[in-house]
Amino acid sequence: MLRFILRRLLAGVFLLFVVSSLAYLFLYLGAGDIARQILGVSATQEQVAQKATELGLDQPLATRYVDWLSAAVRGDFGTSWFNNQPVVEAITSRLAVTLSLVIGTTILTAVVATALGVWAAKKRGAADRLVQIVSVLGFAIPGFLIAIFLVNVFALNLGWFRPTGFVQLGTSFPGWLSTVTLPILALSTGAIAAIASQVRGSVIDTMRQDWVRTLRSRGLSENRVLYKHVLRNAGGPALAVLAVQFVGLLGGAIIVEQIFAIPGLGPVAVGSTARGDIPLVMGLVVVTAAIVVVVNIVIEILHGFLNPKARIS
Amino acid sequence: MNAEPLLVIDDLVVEYAAKGFGKKPFRALKGVSLDIRPGECVGLVGESGSGKTTLGRAVLGLAPVTEGSVRFKGKDISHLKRRERRALADEIQVVFQDPYSSLNPSLTIEQTLAEPLRVQNVSAADASKRIRGLLDQVGLPSNSADRLPREFSGGQRQRIAIARALALSPQLIVCDEPVSALDLSTQARVLDLFKDIQEETGVAYLFVSHDLAVVRHLSHRVAVMYQGEIVEYGDGGIVTSAPEHPYTQRLLLAAPVPDPVRQEQRRADRRRLLDSQRDMEVQAGVA
Amino acid sequence: MSESATTPTPDVATEVRAARSHVGRRLLRNPTGLAAIIVLTVMILLAIFADVLAPMDPSKANIQDVLAPASDAHPLGADSAGRDVLSRLLFATRFSIAGALWAVLIAAVIGVTSGLLAGYYQKWFESVSVWVVSIIQALPGIVVLLAARAVIGPSIWLIMAVFGVILAPAFYRLTYAAVVGVRNELFVDAARVAGVGDASIIGRHILSVVRAPIIIQAALLAGIGIAVQSGLDFLGLGDTNVPTWGQMLSDAFSRMYQAPILLIWPSLAIALTSISLVLFGNALRDELERAAGKPKKRRRGAAAYVPDASGPAPVTHVEDGDDARSVLLQVDDLVVGYDQPGGGVKQVVNGVSLQVRKGEVHGLIGESGSGKTQTAWSILRLLPDGGRIVGGSVSFDGKDLAHSSENEMVKIRGRRIAYIPQEPMSNLDPSFTIGSQLVEPMTVALRVSRAEARKRALELLARVGIPNPQRTFDSYPHEVSGGMAQRVLIAGAVSCEADLIIADEPTTALDVTVQADILDLLRDLQNDLHVAVLIVTHNFGVVADLCDRVSVMQDGRIVETGPARSIFRDPQHPYTRSLFDAILEDGAARGPLAHSADRNTLPERSAR
Repeated sequence: MLRFILRRLLAGVFLLFVVSSLAYLFLYLGAGDIARQILGVSATQEQVAQKATELGLDQPLATRYVDWLSAAVRGDFGTSWFNNQPVVEAITSRLAVTLSLVIGTTILTAVVATALGVWAAKKRGAADRLVQIVSVLGFAIPGFLIAIFLVNVFALNLGWFRPTGFVQLGTSFPGWLSTVTLPILALSTGAIAAIASQVRGSVIDTMRQDWVRTLRSRGLSENRVLYKHVLRNAGGPALAVLAVQFVGLLGGAIIVEQIFAIPGLGPVAVGSTARGDIPLVMGLVVVTAAIVVVVNIVIEILHGFLNPKARIS
Repeated sequence: MNAEPLLVIDDLVVEYAAKGFGKKPFRALKGVSLDIRPGECVGLVGESGSGKTTLGRAVLGLAPVTEGSVRFKGKDISHLKRRERRALADEIQVVFQDPYSSLNPSLTIEQTLAEPLRVQNVSAADASKRIRGLLDQVGLPSNSADRLPREFSGGQRQRIAIARALALSPQLIVCDEPVSALDLSTQARVLDLFKDIQEETGVAYLFVSHDLAVVRHLSHRVAVMYQGEIVEYGDGGIVTSAPEHPYTQRLLLAAPVPDPVRQEQRRADRRRLLDSQRDMEVQAGVA
Repeated sequence: MSESATTPTPDVATEVRAARSHVGRRLLRNPTGLAAIIVLTVMILLAIFADVLAPMDPSKANIQDVLAPASDAHPLGADSAGRDVLSRLLFATRFSIAGALWAVLIAAVIGVTSGLLAGYYQKWFESVSVWVVSIIQALPGIVVLLAARAVIGPSIWLIMAVFGVILAPAFYRLTYAAVVGVRNELFVDAARVAGVGDASIIGRHILSVVRAPIIIQAALLAGIGIAVQSGLDFLGLGDTNVPTWGQMLSDAFSRMYQAPILLIWPSLAIALTSISLVLFGNALRDELERAAGKPKKRRRGAAAYVPDASGPAPVTHVEDGDDARSVLLQVDDLVVGYDQPGGGVKQVVNGVSLQVRKGEVHGLIGESGSGKTQTAWSILRLLPDGGRIVGGSVSFDGKDLAHSSENEMVKIRGRRIAYIPQEPMSNLDPSFTIGSQLVEPMTVALRVSRAEARKRALELLARVGIPNPQRTFDSYPHEVSGGMAQRVLIAGAVSCEADLIIADEPTTALDVTVQADILDLLRDLQNDLHVAVLIVTHNFGVVADLCDRVSVMQDGRIVETGPARSIFRDPQHPYTRSLFDAILEDGAARGPLAHSADRNTLPERSAR
């Protein structure tokens, strides 16, 4: 097991290296005259040249890349071009907000989706159709549309929640809950839909396996077989979907944070993108890729725990 | 016995690369030699993992030959390029075990049967005529042509697969467990069809099966495979009734006879055989 | 009476042919499919004819009309810059849909091509693709798009092209999985042996299989494309010169307090289009599955027969001697059927009557589709979904199982009636150790402690001839061979000391030499435990080896029953006789080639 984790970790680090290198090349090759963009059209040619030297843009790309990489390994991602704030500081101060939102959503999603999926698979009939309809709607309607709807109904019309703002989880849990409820609902709808229909499908498939009949023939009740044996076997495919959904949630959070004016990574991402603040964009790319790598490893370990065959290979 | 062999397999080794680096490849065939004469049926019998299916696939060019050779009419066909292999289509053909997956479910019978003919640039009109002839030959109604495989039973599908194999009038057909998935009564009829076709056309068969009774029924000569090797090879009647090799003896006595009285006898024979073979092993170990 | 027995079976072939018609036509008859197609068609028409339909230039701002309510001049009002909402909506439809289609097209071209190549040629191509896919998926799509936006600026076409690359893995995976699945199908091997070239195989055999799944995937991805494109525009990162639903939403959101009505139109357009795409995909998938009817590999209960429980009585052989053993299981006129989707019941067992005495081995023999396995399952009341006992009774030790509740059955299964399945490898839960699967039922059914159950399980494993019981106890099912797994399943069946064991083709999936060992084991156990066994099989050798009595089944009925020796000696029913005639075991060998060559003087051979 330890070797398995170590191998995945190594592969993850390598993947992170490849992704960040590619991103670096694309961003710097794709960008035009960076110094000019920063200073604006009114700046003189000398000012632009001076800015370029200051940013090290007169160096060859390879040298810049090696410098960036060696600094990045030490945890230094440079400073923002526009407000000179260190990139690490700009990101870490907001990462916790986004993560609390995304992890909250993931937990809610896993619980609700499993319950819905199992319920639909077990009852079939009307319950099944209901879950399928909810799945179609949840899957089809984009999260930010649901967010706009929720703001309109529950914040503006009913006044149950504040339409915008954020309270840190550390400051006050009820305060945090009241500010994240609507964003989490908006984010989780799509994920719940996807995972519930996956759970439903794999539970139904698993129930048709021969060994289910054999276990029942030994005198185990249907519920015992369902909750102990079937669910564990159906868990693998559902976990794979959960991993994909988590990555999607990370992206979705950017838009939803914008709607609810939550000071997470979203506003940083949108702002830096609009301005072309490449060091900050690079920092965001590396951080999100690192999160994805870690989540995938966690999911694989969980999968190995559920499935003895995966554990060995 | 002076007929020149059609197919000669000489010291054939097939290895499959194992998953993961540094692991030893899996040796499915460990030096197998066999020959088939024109018009002959050679039965290849063995249990799962014996390598009998791999041998059939190696003849068809569907398994990687590591060492040794497969010669067809004197020409080595074990390492042909794809194009050269395709040129053999009108000489060596195949009938597979599973009548459900050996026909593309979305093609009509006509389309499936026309496929080998089209490759040989047979005109549409000739192909259509030939297909009708083939369907007749395997005992299917001629209106079968525009139907889909799922409209046929297992036995009928196997007849279609036989018709496809016959389309180019090959000289050798590799039959990989062609009756194993069929019911008892269907199995008997399909075997008779194989026999009739051989007597009509003079085609040779390499007939792979796990069932000694099936092989005995159809084969002139029988080879017994065990763990990637041929352990016994000779006249079908003798190999399947009075075998010499200990494994073949075990195999023969393991199959229950459909007669309670004789089965009781066979059970006792098998007990005795296993005991004596175990004793011999012990003695061999001591010596 | 005799007429009913000779009623011809309905021509199954023609029935199936009638059911087969174009999936497209069926899609139009599917209500959700039709609704989705209508909505999508309307959307596409609006997009195409936006120029003609729009009352004014979508970008023309008029300061006097800022946030104007609906009027003759502006049927849907005007937005925050005084632009006509209806005109903007029509053009937004054009650009939003075109953007999404563009992304899907790029994704499909890249994904399907690479999937076909990787799946068909595998080797290094496959490992490269795996890495590329994991690189693409290491980032949320929106983050990649934001990064791309940072360097290439707000161009809808370039951004959507990048999104197409991000979506490509979805097509790749789908195509790859389908190709690998088809590639190993025997019909592809057969085509290769027939001399068909690679390109032709991919085109004819493989593309035809993946075509429909690709359309379904494209519909779902187009929905995601619309969502992502709107999302980017909503964030204000899009090209403000191109009207899209996202731009309209963004504008409306900034004026949410003054004119919330503006949110409705773009929201409705996005939601309606996305939902229609998903419904279209789902409906197409449903129709495909229905049209294919899922090719049955294992033909279970194929014959649909005229429902008539009162068929001719089976030929009954008289008992050899007096059999004083009392009856344990008495099945009378058992009818088993499956509920059909369109109503009605398809019968697979048509009035079976059967008797198993205490301690006897009873063989139930028949060909596939005869209903023998269905009979076995219905005694245990473990029929698959939709199957149920339609009529008759199953009396076990005086209790009618056909009318028992599920709770009562739970108490009977395992303790009173046990079961040995056919396929050893698929009948053990792959996620639990073999030991835990033996221990759990004992703690439940026998209410013994785990330690006690564990001890018994190890004893049983030794009893069924497993050389190293402790090691097998700790193994997972995939770590043991088929023969070992079948021994484990037999151990499980005898673990709770049942009075009757139902064995469904217990040796069919095994090699002949293993089968002989398992038959010996079954006979030994039966002698030791004096348990009654109902053994379902198609093999007369197995019956001859084990059974005291035998019932021959055909088309859901018992046609002949009696002591095994008597039936083997003197089969009466024509069907039983035809089965005996088909047995090859006693037939003569074909003999060497020379003999047959003498009889059939073929030109080739006589020349030599």
